[in-house]
Amino acid sequence: MNKSMILPADAAARAPAPPGRRRANRVLSRLRRDKTTVAAMAVFLLIVALAIFAPLVTGGEPYAGSALERLKPIGTPGHPLGTDELGRDMWTRLVYGARLSLISGAAPVLIALLLGGGLGVVAGYAGGRVNTLIMRTMDIFYAFPAVLLAIAVCAVMGPGLASTIIALGIVFIPSLVRVTETATTRIRSMDYIEAARCSGVNDLQIIVHQVAPNILGPVLVYAASLASLSIILAAGLSFLGLGMPPPNADWGQMLNSLRQAIYVQPWLAALPGMMIFITSACFNLMSDGLRAAMDVQDG
Amino acid sequence: MLQFLIRRSIQGIPILFGVSIITFALVHLMPGGIVDSLVPPGAPPGLREEIERIYGLDRPLWEQYLLWLRQVLQGNFGISLVTGRPIAEELVAALLNSFKITLAAAVVGFSLGIAFGVLAALHSGRWPDKLFSLFSIAGVSVPPFWFAILLVTVFAFQLNWLPAQGMGPEGIPTSWTQWRHMILPIATLSMIPMGVVGRVVRAATLEVLSQEFVTALSAKGLQMDAIRRHVARNAAPTILAVMGLQFGHLIGGSILVETVFNWPGTGKLLNLAIFSGDIPVIQATVLLLSVIFVILNLGVDTAQALIDPRMRR
Repeated sequence: MNKSMILPADAAARAPAPPGRRRANRVLSRLRRDKTTVAAMAVFLLIVALAIFAPLVTGGEPYAGSALERLKPIGTPGHPLGTDELGRDMWTRLVYGARLSLISGAAPVLIALLLGGGLGVVAGYAGGRVNTLIMRTMDIFYAFPAVLLAIAVCAVMGPGLASTIIALGIVFIPSLVRVTETATTRIRSMDYIEAARCSGVNDLQIIVHQVAPNILGPVLVYAASLASLSIILAAGLSFLGLGMPPPNADWGQMLNSLRQAIYVQPWLAALPGMMIFITSACFNLMSDGLRAAMDVQDG
Repeated sequence: MLQFLIRRSIQGIPILFGVSIITFALVHLMPGGIVDSLVPPGAPPGLREEIERIYGLDRPLWEQYLLWLRQVLQGNFGISLVTGRPIAEELVAALLNSFKITLAAAVVGFSLGIAFGVLAALHSGRWPDKLFSLFSIAGVSVPPFWFAILLVTVFAFQLNWLPAQGMGPEGIPTSWTQWRHMILPIATLSMIPMGVVGRVVRAATLEVLSQEFVTALSAKGLQMDAIRRHVARNAAPTILAVMGLQFGHLIGGSILVETVFNWPGTGKLLNLAIFSGDIPVIQATVLLLSVIFVILNLGVDTAQALIDPRMRR
């Protein structure tokens, strides 16, 4: 909050550097030196790659089960990660599960990034009544606890992938509007924006060329941390039975159907949750790394 | 200060209005709706209209909303379609059960978070700091419902120390038989607040410590204790805001954890209502929890303004 109180001279010194290749290079070279972030990114890319090439790295049949081979332990020949309660291969289902889990985790953030980010830029750039209208409307959505709103929307729309994505998108939009609005308001009266306006550039061009590149840092950092939450919440909705219906394999639903198996194969039953945990942690670590590399301060 | 409180309360009214409209609209957008869940298939043709008349569903939507709002303001949430009992009764009982674990989880999570955060800030860059940052990342990345299952596996199933499910005897927890049911839910729920509060406390403490007035105070020859008091007072508003928000999320987010532990709170009530299509219960639960969330935020704003007069804009 005290950032709005900095003196003009000070503000000029702390002003974000003009966008350009040099800045992107600096951020990249800093990221490359940050071992934790590089490791998190590698793990995340590995999971994405497995999801994309699922038919190549598995037997390609996530729904094929055998009543004779139910709940085999980890390390069974032919089933390196064991089998689930219907005798389906765990490795195959986990890899295919990554597809649905990643989509249901990432899509809401992307939707919120587009809609929420857009509204936030408009609110911050326009100021005045437009700002009041947008921000007060967002306050109402902000008044619902996140998980509660997601569950309520999902319950109303009925179970499914689309419901999960829309429900979580609605939950994330208000917070992204807030972050973007704060960032935009902060740079709105900076000299380079003023200069662009004086030289007769229209508002849309200013937003695209001046505002967007300069608020990208804090917004991306925030979006990455939202993605970690999104993966958990999407799995949670699925866990409650509000996600994709069986036999579709996503991690939340696998965790739910293996719940009874904790008495027989506790480590096997823990696997889907482990995947959610790892993916979510990757997003959190990448968000932290990005924050440090881009010199983003909390708003 | 009183002026601030009045102004903030007035600002809260349109928000509450908006919340009530969204809650009302949400449920009326539901495919099927109340009538379909009440009318048995193959019922005589007049029954459907009769039910619509009794529940006031034949009136215009805005009239239904005003009618519903008036009843809600009088504390009447209607009757559950499934149990046939007044919703207010069931909801209050469930809310108190939820408070048992969420309040305790907030106390545990916040105290651990503050302790770890301060410790990490004071040893910034050394091993306690690094250990804690690992801990807090894990805390915010772990899916609570999975962590709950892990705890049950280890402490209920393998070690057989604690019960896996249920709440035990009703009432304010005083005895061990009541507390032992609460330990695992509290441990699960306190993870996220611990991680989030810890990170904020660490950042806030570091920022205050780096400010000039701290150096000035020690130059003035102030005792370390007195300096700590100043640091705490300056870092408090930010930390309070985060704690308020986290407590709200605990209440709203306990639904998943309550499901795993079969805990008879608002989460379980909502879960049952969703899968039995008990619309009035869904409506009442969402509305009440959101109103609590709004009031909580008002409380946090007030507390911040009490500590820091600059916030009384």
